[in-house]
Amino acid sequence: MSENNFVSPQAVKRLKKRRGVEFRFRLWGQAAVGFALAALVWLLVSIVGTGHSAFSQHFMTLDFELSETTLDPTGARDAEKLRGANYRRIVQQTLYAQFPEVTERKAKQEVFALVSASGATNQLRQMVYQDPSLIGQTVRVTVPTSDQVDQLFKGYIKRETAEDRRKVSDRQIAWADTLKERGVIRKKFNKILFTNPDSRDPELAGIASAILGSVMILVVAFVLAFPIGVGSAIYLDEFAPKNKFTDFIELNINNLAAVPSIVFGLLGLAVFLNFMGMPRSIPLVGGMVLALRVFPTITIATRSALQSVSPSIVDGALSLGASHTQAVFKQKLPLAGPGILTGSIIGMAQALGETAPLLMIGMVAFVTEVPTSIAEPATALPVQIFLWSDSAERAWAERTSAAIIVLLVVLITMNGFAIWLRNRLEKRR
Amino acid sequence: MNQITVYMLMLICALVVAGFVYNRSQALTKFRQMRAEAGGKLELSSWHSQASYHGYFTGWLVIFVTFTVFIAGLLLGAQSGGGVIPWVAVMIIAGVGTIFLCGKKISGGFRARTYVERFVHGLLIVLSIIAVLTTLGIILSLLFESLRFFKSVPFMDFLFGFQWSPQTALRADQVGQSGSFGAIPVFAGTFLIMLVAMAIAGPIGLMIAIYLTEYASAGVRKWVKPAIEILAGVPTVVYGFFALLTFAPFVRGFAESFGFSVPTQSALAAGVVMGVMIIPFVSSLSSDVINAVPQTLRDGAFALGATESETMKQVVFTAALPGIIGAFMLAISRAIGETMIVYMAAGKAANLTANPFEAVTTVTVQIVALLTGDSDFDSPKTLVAFALGLVLFVITLLLNVVALTVVRRYRAKY
Repeated sequence: MSENNFVSPQAVKRLKKRRGVEFRFRLWGQAAVGFALAALVWLLVSIVGTGHSAFSQHFMTLDFELSETTLDPTGARDAEKLRGANYRRIVQQTLYAQFPEVTERKAKQEVFALVSASGATNQLRQMVYQDPSLIGQTVRVTVPTSDQVDQLFKGYIKRETAEDRRKVSDRQIAWADTLKERGVIRKKFNKILFTNPDSRDPELAGIASAILGSVMILVVAFVLAFPIGVGSAIYLDEFAPKNKFTDFIELNINNLAAVPSIVFGLLGLAVFLNFMGMPRSIPLVGGMVLALRVFPTITIATRSALQSVSPSIVDGALSLGASHTQAVFKQKLPLAGPGILTGSIIGMAQALGETAPLLMIGMVAFVTEVPTSIAEPATALPVQIFLWSDSAERAWAERTSAAIIVLLVVLITMNGFAIWLRNRLEKRR
Repeated sequence: MNQITVYMLMLICALVVAGFVYNRSQALTKFRQMRAEAGGKLELSSWHSQASYHGYFTGWLVIFVTFTVFIAGLLLGAQSGGGVIPWVAVMIIAGVGTIFLCGKKISGGFRARTYVERFVHGLLIVLSIIAVLTTLGIILSLLFESLRFFKSVPFMDFLFGFQWSPQTALRADQVGQSGSFGAIPVFAGTFLIMLVAMAIAGPIGLMIAIYLTEYASAGVRKWVKPAIEILAGVPTVVYGFFALLTFAPFVRGFAESFGFSVPTQSALAAGVVMGVMIIPFVSSLSSDVINAVPQTLRDGAFALGATESETMKQVVFTAALPGIIGAFMLAISRAIGETMIVYMAAGKAANLTANPFEAVTTVTVQIVALLTGDSDFDSPKTLVAFALGLVLFVITLLLNVVALTVVRRYRAKY
């Protein structure tokens, strides 16, 4: 028997070994796919797990007596004086009234710490400022609790931890429970997260200014990047002569798409801020930097969309007497439209997630006002996430994750819309 | 001032639209008039351009004229101090004048379309040159600021020094206030994290590409591919937060269960999370390359009795190798330039170490750390960030250009 015989014991053994290798190779492939999917699931579960609870928050509904003696002893109703009046005193009195048995100074402070001090006073101040006739009346207002009470009821501050190791004292827990039994403290949808700008207090911090800043940046980036991206793609694909310079432009665009985003931040810092003297942390500069960042993506997408249009379309137009420019703009471009749109949306999604270039042009400023124009300091959603992630407190981690959930939902919607658009328009063709 | 600018731009738009609409209708009227005079027998071909091209021609000219006035107003207006009204008047007169002059030009023989197409052509060229200008801007700004840095710190000390502590220059009278700018520990940290990331992303991304292109059924591919692409769409700051909040404590707990003490910020935590981020990048580039390998090569191997894995490893992989190397190079360039994950999870202290469990720092981390604080712009401490940026740009540029050339040449071969 020779060794080449396919039924010899050696051959059978060899075959078995080869099949084993085959099986293991396939298993490696499955394991790799499984690893990537597991990583994705872990990422999403971890973010949603910490973030979902930030969409609700605990609020106190209390009857505040806006006594004239405290707020406006002179009775002049002077707007400036009303702004600076002692609303804190009113909040304190209202809370103390809930627990008449508490008289000790230290304990009173602890009672007051149950409510979000600046949240409640600001809210009352706004109300009185807008309607001074409220003075002397008793108003029912819902104000946020302090973040500690919120975290306690959400179960993140554990009751069984030793008292000196948590930020809420046993007394405070008892009071908070009483207030909850009385129906004063209730859990509600956390509107603050979406309507407020950034704040030092987690219970008052929101992403309104960050969202608006991101929208402004994206609008600026789109207005600049879309014409540049589409225009250079049309030129390179349709009109450019095939020479060294065209190749150079092409290489430039392909390389720019792969240059680290932080380098664009350095460019923006050196050119827009230092050389041109534009102000720091405004959405206009952010949009300009991100436009440079994403226009290569749009160019590459547009070129592949243009290349996928059948040449017979252009030939047909030319044979009917259209000029080259007419054929490209009136026949080819509309057919490439879905591809161009998809590429642009994906580019914009990329711009929405960019953080590092915005850090470079100073968008890390602490902005407590909602910006009203593209030339005012603002922050962007990913930068807000970055800023919040720096704080170690649990309440911040929760809000950071919630902001991430918002960002991811927007991104997935954008990408999903791009894919839906492509499928729909392709079918119609 | 800002509001005035907006109103001026709106005025320009209004003039352009008015010019377009007016002269298009002028051209139509003129054509109909001539046709009526010729007894309704005027040949269409006696008019070179369609009416709308006369409109476009006017629109373009109005844009040029009014913008010239606008820019002149921006430059001179501040000096003359005469307010905005004269400039608005000049702009309206110039715009309306252009519209009427163009209107006079309208005739059958006037080649409005040719001119419009030339304008469009010129505009497209300008738009595509912006890419070159961007690259030029990057190189010039980085070079300019780096040269200022190298005036105070010798080039060689920067590139080959072993001591990195730029943060010491807090006060002018402090001991060692000049700081030391030897970037070797920073480069080493970048390299270490890149290695960790590629150790994850390289094999896993490649195996995913192989599995999805060669083994998976169409149904599996339809669902798995987009799922993996979601990983590429997640913003890096989200990965950074995940590394900080979940993965780094996990690594520490894991190491502690074996009795090691590990800092929360470590090269391993940042590198692994970065690797996960790069997986879809490697897998989609690699599957492009693997798909480009002709089916005949596979069929030949199967005909010789090779199993699928043998075909993959010995035929397809070998044939696709240049492209795969290109894909890896692009992935490495991305790993080196990644900022947020390392800034949040790898640490800011420069350690010269090969131990992935220790905290290291990277080029990008240092750039962010040096430039986000409020410090004056002329100290070496801020200028060194541009020198680091230059090194980063040059390295990624080399990687990208080589990889792009390799991938393109390779695709052309089959």
